[in-house]
Amino acid sequence: MRLTCPVCGERDRREFYYQGDAVALDRPARDADVAAWDDYVHLRDNPSGLRRELWHHEAGCGSWLVVDRNTSTHEVHAVALVEAQG
Amino acid sequence: MRIDGKGLVDRSKKLRFQFDEIGYSAFEGDTVASALLAAGQRLMGRSFKYHRPRGVLTAGSEEPNALVTIGQGASQEPNVRATTQEVYDGLRARSQNAWPSLKTDVMAVNDLAWPFLGAGFYYKTFMWPRAFWERLYEPVIRRAAGLGGLSGEHNPDTYEKAYAFCDLLVIGAGPTGLMAALTAGRAGADVLLVDEDSRMGGRLNAETYIVDGMPGSDWATEAVAELRSMENVRLMTRTTLVGAYDHGTYAALERVSSHLRGPAEGAALETFWRIVAKRAILAAGALERPIAFENNDRPGIMTAGAVRAYLNRWGVSPGQRVAVFVNNDDAHRTAADLIEAGVEVAALIDSRPDAELKGHAFPTYAGGLVTGSTGRLGLKRIAVKSDSITEELEVDCLAMSGGWNPTVHVTCHMNGRPTWREDIASFVPTPGSVPGLEAAGACNGDFSTAACLAAGAQAAKNALKDLGLKAPRGSVPDAEDAAYRLSPLWAVPGKGRAWLDFQNDVTVKDVKQAATENFRSVEHMKRYTTQGMATDQGKNSNVAALALLADATGRGIPETGTTTFRPPFVPVSLAAFGAGAQGEGFAPRRLTTSHHVSVAMGAPMIEAGLWYRPSYFPKPDESHWRQSCDREVGYVRSAVGICDVSTLGKIDIQGPGAAALLDFVYTNTFSTLKVGRVRYGLMLREDGYVMDDGTTARLGEQHYVMTTTTAAAGSVMRHLEFVHQALRPDLDARFTSVTEQWAQFAVAGPKSRDLLNDLLDDRIDNDSWPFMACGTAKVAGVDGRLFRISFSGEHAYEVAVPARYGESLFKLLLERAEALGGGAYGMEALNVLRIEKGHITHSEIHGRATAFDIGFARMISAKKDCIGQAMAAREGLLDPDREQLVGLKPVGAVKELTAGAHLFDRGAEAKRENDQGYVTSVSFSPTLGHFLALGFVKRGPERVGETLRLVDHLRGIETEVEICAPVFVDPEGGRTRG
Amino acid sequence: MVDLLAKSPCAGLLPITIGAVSVTEIDLGHLTSIAPYRGMTVTASDAFTAAHDMSYPAANRATGKEGARALWFGRDMVLLAGPPPDPTLAGTAALTDQSDAWASVTVTGEGAEEVLARLVPIDLRAAHFKRGHTARTLIMHMNGSVTRTGADSFLILVFRAMAGTLVHDLKQAMEAVAARG
Repeated sequence: MRLTCPVCGERDRREFYYQGDAVALDRPARDADVAAWDDYVHLRDNPSGLRRELWHHEAGCGSWLVVDRNTSTHEVHAVALVEAQG
Repeated sequence: MRIDGKGLVDRSKKLRFQFDEIGYSAFEGDTVASALLAAGQRLMGRSFKYHRPRGVLTAGSEEPNALVTIGQGASQEPNVRATTQEVYDGLRARSQNAWPSLKTDVMAVNDLAWPFLGAGFYYKTFMWPRAFWERLYEPVIRRAAGLGGLSGEHNPDTYEKAYAFCDLLVIGAGPTGLMAALTAGRAGADVLLVDEDSRMGGRLNAETYIVDGMPGSDWATEAVAELRSMENVRLMTRTTLVGAYDHGTYAALERVSSHLRGPAEGAALETFWRIVAKRAILAAGALERPIAFENNDRPGIMTAGAVRAYLNRWGVSPGQRVAVFVNNDDAHRTAADLIEAGVEVAALIDSRPDAELKGHAFPTYAGGLVTGSTGRLGLKRIAVKSDSITEELEVDCLAMSGGWNPTVHVTCHMNGRPTWREDIASFVPTPGSVPGLEAAGACNGDFSTAACLAAGAQAAKNALKDLGLKAPRGSVPDAEDAAYRLSPLWAVPGKGRAWLDFQNDVTVKDVKQAATENFRSVEHMKRYTTQGMATDQGKNSNVAALALLADATGRGIPETGTTTFRPPFVPVSLAAFGAGAQGEGFAPRRLTTSHHVSVAMGAPMIEAGLWYRPSYFPKPDESHWRQSCDREVGYVRSAVGICDVSTLGKIDIQGPGAAALLDFVYTNTFSTLKVGRVRYGLMLREDGYVMDDGTTARLGEQHYVMTTTTAAAGSVMRHLEFVHQALRPDLDARFTSVTEQWAQFAVAGPKSRDLLNDLLDDRIDNDSWPFMACGTAKVAGVDGRLFRISFSGEHAYEVAVPARYGESLFKLLLERAEALGGGAYGMEALNVLRIEKGHITHSEIHGRATAFDIGFARMISAKKDCIGQAMAAREGLLDPDREQLVGLKPVGAVKELTAGAHLFDRGAEAKRENDQGYVTSVSFSPTLGHFLALGFVKRGPERVGETLRLVDHLRGIETEVEICAPVFVDPEGGRTRG
Repeated sequence: MVDLLAKSPCAGLLPITIGAVSVTEIDLGHLTSIAPYRGMTVTASDAFTAAHDMSYPAANRATGKEGARALWFGRDMVLLAGPPPDPTLAGTAALTDQSDAWASVTVTGEGAEEVLARLVPIDLRAAHFKRGHTARTLIMHMNGSVTRTGADSFLILVFRAMAGTLVHDLKQAMEAVAARG
């Protein structure tokens, strides 16, 4: 498996650390209700198909990345820096 | 027998080798199989289950029968295919799975018991009594059935891994692959051509085709020469592509020196390649199918293509009187090649009644079938049935062909399913199964040489277009373009055993029986019969077995399905997969600057993550680690101890947003920390549980140095980057790991300041360096850093210098400490010291403990947001019934306490339902003269003074402990501040 | 007064030559990581160029020459190797002394590419990884930095504490390459 880091270019999967669903980017407000926090921290879909994931280019530039990836076909549709997510 | 004037072996280079201790001669270019056949040795192995005598079936890596063990002793290599093992001078091969000898194998009694050993035999037989499973059945079955064995010794051979990159990977160097590589190479593409054979050319070396007006093998030689002259083309022989993976990643196994006698020092036996290609062309060719008929497994019966390969490539006729049994036109050339070489052809038997067999000088049988054979150790006779008349023919070799199966395997490695093509009665790759890979030539169902050459050129042009390169002009050379006509013949009807899967001894009957017993799914049939589950992965039998299953279940072949082809394409030794990871290559060794001094002092080193740290520093008169440990604890409690703490993670944090960022990742506040001071910080995960702890020093208004635990250094850095990049990009801060920059030593004990004042350029006192002070300091003239922090609970410092001075400073500190009655202390003493003080490590913050659980709930500042704050406030995480941190001390006579033991109320049964908590850390405290422990107990802090039962079910230890506060020594902290 | 003795990361381990490839420890001088603050990259880069007489490297590039190099070193980070950082950089970027944090070696000689192809998972062939190219990547299991400094020479940096493993891994690859002839 290979990912194209927006900074370093196409690299082997072994350079990356896999975190999980990109929902971790959408941190609720401090005073959000328990359900929102529960959703954010614990509840995850497990889709067969398109998924937004977080990867860290740990053995490369150190960027955190959002990867749009299809878990059925393994196709990678997009890789972007997390900070570009707005 | 060797045929004069035939073959591509170098007859000027004679080699000697042994098979089962008997000497044979060979020529350079021979395989073990070709050389043995040349010597008339047809018997090469015994089958897996029935121990049937077997010879070669094929001439390639798909060989199921002729498996041998190469070499002796520790480096012996079992299950090597005699058909691919090249002979070198002095090679020693041994047969397998036979005792006492290949000719007289006592386990061949299994063959007589065959009516009982069919499909499902194991499942049905070895059921009762249950106690026999492990004691009797398994050992017996394992001994009786099997392949070659490993030596049981450490493998001394070298294996390696490597990476390769290319624009176009061409897999296979037959006519298709060579033409593809030539086309792409001439266009200037960056081409990598891999082929599993020692000689490129594929079937061109095994046939008598004419290509471009010259023998096919000559054309291949010229093509290879042209490719070698191109700087943009790399050729790899003896390299089998074994797997296709995501995004253009491929795996290949190169046999670097298994064909050499005594390879050079340091040379790898095999190299496992990880290849990354923008485009790939699969030109893997096709594998010929055997035909199932009664006793079709005798030595001397092989595929027709194998007969031609031995004849044309190696100049060996596998028999003196050969019959040919086929269902297609292509295989007729076998008889022609044999006649041309002067070998007697006993008969050409074609199962098709309408086959054109006119004009031959040998007997022909249109619509004929071979219905049986005799000759236990080697083929003697075949029975031929034609027009209801059965006659026996004396032959010592039968060339059979049931048609060809395209080698689709690699296209299935990413879950692709091949497509059935009725006209060739076989599967072809489904386009797009492996993104970026195009199958071409015989592996795509194009069987004539002309079609292969054209397909190779076209596939290369397609790839060149994708790569943005212009295809070169030029035409495809002329070559034979015979039509491939066949009529499927999977099994000749009959009552006896007709083999499908030679390697796992699966017969036509077994497949039918599976269908009868309702194992109708191909995956079920496969597992029930074990068809396709041997090391050849069913390369020779899958399609036929599937066709028979389809027939037995009344379905068509496409509806019946296919089994899954998975990597690797050929067996790969674990040593190749794990190359480079043995011994020191397993993981990096991270050594502190004091490492060599510690080792020289006799300290046993223990691993802490990738780091190595000293357990203790034994003195000559000490015979037990506890003696050393107790002494070292004493250094710190009464004089001064030195410990290398460089392994703790150190992260330099700078920038206008540094303070706010620390406030956000720590539960407590760091923006209020004064410059020149250190504060203990607690870090939570977002779910409210403790992630890590450590001290952070403020070196400047916008400059902090964070300390992490040794174990969590990497994950904390990753966390900080995540928080900064993803959650708080508004905070302008920069992180740099400085763990490796500084050699840092704890100087701990009442005499620590005396020691330091001897080394520091500027003396310190309690006013200039109070508890939790930090700053720069000149250490013996070198710019260093000094932190007054304490993990031991004593008056202590950590002194840091640039790592180049680490070893020198460590020696100096030891020398000074010893002069003051102290010395070095290791991890054991460090652990005792911190338990005595109730300081936690990852034994306590083990991922299930909250700030509340460790008594630090108040450290979560309510004045600001921080990671984990919201979730830590959940009711369940503040429940007083939770297990909370306490100290534990033994009650009554001093008994051993053990970490991992569980705690129960006195009088309560020691079972899960009554569990009150557990012990996390234990030590013998020389300071207090007894064991003490830290642990978690339900409502622990409320229960101080209560006595509990400690039960360690694993170690069989039981004792009583009293709950106490977790700080055992100097609870007021006076020593630290002194 | 006592003197602290300095010891280099690869002391006692290098140099080694196997076949045509040599590995030598190299003293790069001062190592400073320069991490420009938000919106300050241009300012830091200008100050850097003015003060250090070499351009501030773009991502995956290295500038300068022997004695004074600048290696792109990761997201928003450059490693200045040679001179100490010019004071004008202060305030534009986080400056962190890394002089003792890295083991630095050169891998030189015909076959250096083949040796590194056994350890580094990126395409280091000259056509793709030219002089002046640098990468943060893996060297076997270690995070590190690889820079091409010449036709047959590379500069490799890994954490100082892993110097022994770096030498071990390089040596094994060198032996295998040399044995192939």
